Amino acid sequence: MLEAKEITFKIGEKVLLDNVSVQFEAGKLNLIIGPNGAGKSTLMKVISRQLTDYQGTVSYNQADSKKLSDKKLAQMRAVLSQNIDLAFPLKVWEVVMMGRYPHFTDAPRQIDRDACEAALEFFDVMYMAERDYLTLSGGERQRVHFARVLTQIWNPIHNQGRYLLLDEPLTFLDIHYQFQFMHKLRELLKEKDLVVVGVVHDLNLAAQFGDVIHLIQDGKLIASGTKHEVLNAKNIKRAFHLEPVIYNNKEKGSLHLFFE
Amino acid sequence: MSKFNNQYKAWFPILAVVLLVTFFFSMKLGAINISWAEIQASFTKLISGEAMNLNERIFMQIRLPRALMGVFVGASLAIAGVLMQALFRNPIVEPGLIGTSSGAAFGASLYFVLGSVIKVHAGEWTLPIAACIGGTLSTVAVFLLSQNRSTGKSSVVALLLTGIAINALFLSGVGFLSYLARDPQARSIIFWNLGTLSGANWVSVSIVGTIMVVCLFFALRYAKQLNALMMGEDEAIFLGVNLKKLQIGVIALNVLLVAVATSFTGVIGFVGLVVPHLLRLMKGSDNRFLLLGSAFMGGILLSLADLASRLLLAPAELPIGIVTSLVGVPVFIILLRKKQYYF
Repeated sequence: MLEAKEITFKIGEKVLLDNVSVQFEAGKLNLIIGPNGAGKSTLMKVISRQLTDYQGTVSYNQADSKKLSDKKLAQMRAVLSQNIDLAFPLKVWEVVMMGRYPHFTDAPRQIDRDACEAALEFFDVMYMAERDYLTLSGGERQRVHFARVLTQIWNPIHNQGRYLLLDEPLTFLDIHYQFQFMHKLRELLKEKDLVVVGVVHDLNLAAQFGDVIHLIQDGKLIASGTKHEVLNAKNIKRAFHLEPVIYNNKEKGSLHLFFE
Repeated sequence: MSKFNNQYKAWFPILAVVLLVTFFFSMKLGAINISWAEIQASFTKLISGEAMNLNERIFMQIRLPRALMGVFVGASLAIAGVLMQALFRNPIVEPGLIGTSSGAAFGASLYFVLGSVIKVHAGEWTLPIAACIGGTLSTVAVFLLSQNRSTGKSSVVALLLTGIAINALFLSGVGFLSYLARDPQARSIIFWNLGTLSGANWVSVSIVGTIMVVCLFFALRYAKQLNALMMGEDEAIFLGVNLKKLQIGVIALNVLLVAVATSFTGVIGFVGLVVPHLLRLMKGSDNRFLLLGSAFMGGILLSLADLASRLLLAPAELPIGIVTSLVGVPVFIILLRKKQYYF
């Protein structure tokens, strides 16, 4: 389990996160939603340990993240961030193999090559393994980075759990790949030691795929729970200043939001 | 298994053979050409202790150290070039960028102008030491000044811009000193700023060679982390890289490589810039390949440049810095214009 407790983060006088406490359970798809500038990305930076000068504690399986070594953290926690560009030309598989860097010392071992191959297969990007990364489109690059972060935490670690943190993973994808990616995530979550936390913008996508939805506004966590608990008219209006029409399909258990 | 395996190791024997051939010509050719028989004779006489004739002595005391110096200095500058380009995630960076060589040049110029006044003497070591101190000071200044006052972090962009400013400062310092200098001193400053391998002797060669090998060994241990840095500082951190340690380690290696090489041979530009590019065109950007390959390729290119500097105006010499710039500038412009490459 990944847990953030009483997190406050300020830049100067501006409070970006205000006493946020949130738990992310393994085997569930945790999705963070909220308006622009609410603090979603800041929260991701705090839990991924990209930021360290916050108040409160972040713990990975009860261990304070600040006390973990760089290497140990990198072996169990992979982060997908927005807008990654590469300074020099590399083959796609070389980029994906970087996910294994925390695991091998000098040259990739067989286990690293296997993980690399499996992740490339899993995200259907094996066919571009030998291509130059710099010749890929934005969507193709994004899928390569899916494979890279998955490679990083491909093998379960005894008693540690694995953590996948995704900051707006769907940005460069068309609707087909958005759905494909969300289905792949659901497939991955059959692994019971995996904690997945993602920031998404599309509320309907969050309703369809998220097990637990966390709504952030003005640096505060204002709701946390199932789609029925979080995506109600009151919360949506408070966070986004829009009046939603909510369509509940009782038979399928699905929920859709419309805005006029 | 060949899957996910770059066959870059196959390049090393080829590069080694080219280096040997270049080195062979670098030993033989010059103002005086040395024959193969003379080379053999000088080695047998060195072992047996017999007196050598003039050509054999020229070979053993001047030509051979100079040829080796070309290889070691070329390798040093090229390795430093790979390190800096990887650290700054920028293909048009060269080792002098963070102030090391301009600081070294300033230290050397200071010695040329004031050396006889302040009467500090450490024999033939005075000039290298002055250059090293200058190079270290300027680099440390760049590193400290580029740190963010509140976070203590130094971003690569801040380092780069601070480097440009400090370079300008030290180069105008060099200009001021040569303006003050009397004629022979001014000539020394100019000569040193253009670079030359002609001062090589066995002591300087063994120092430069040792530093080069030691630094290469440590540089290779950073190769993987520098690869991760290609994706950006954040991604590297997510992959377990300690950015601060990496920056300090790589910059320290750069100062050692550049300051030591520069202190014995003067400022030689463009080797550190061009060699990594040539290697990338051959076999991708993996720093493990680039670092080892640049040790060979840097040696090859600087040996060739030195040959040209010896032969073009023989028996006079063209400063080697002019040769490397004459070749380096067009190559640099061509690379800049190949936009699809990576900008």
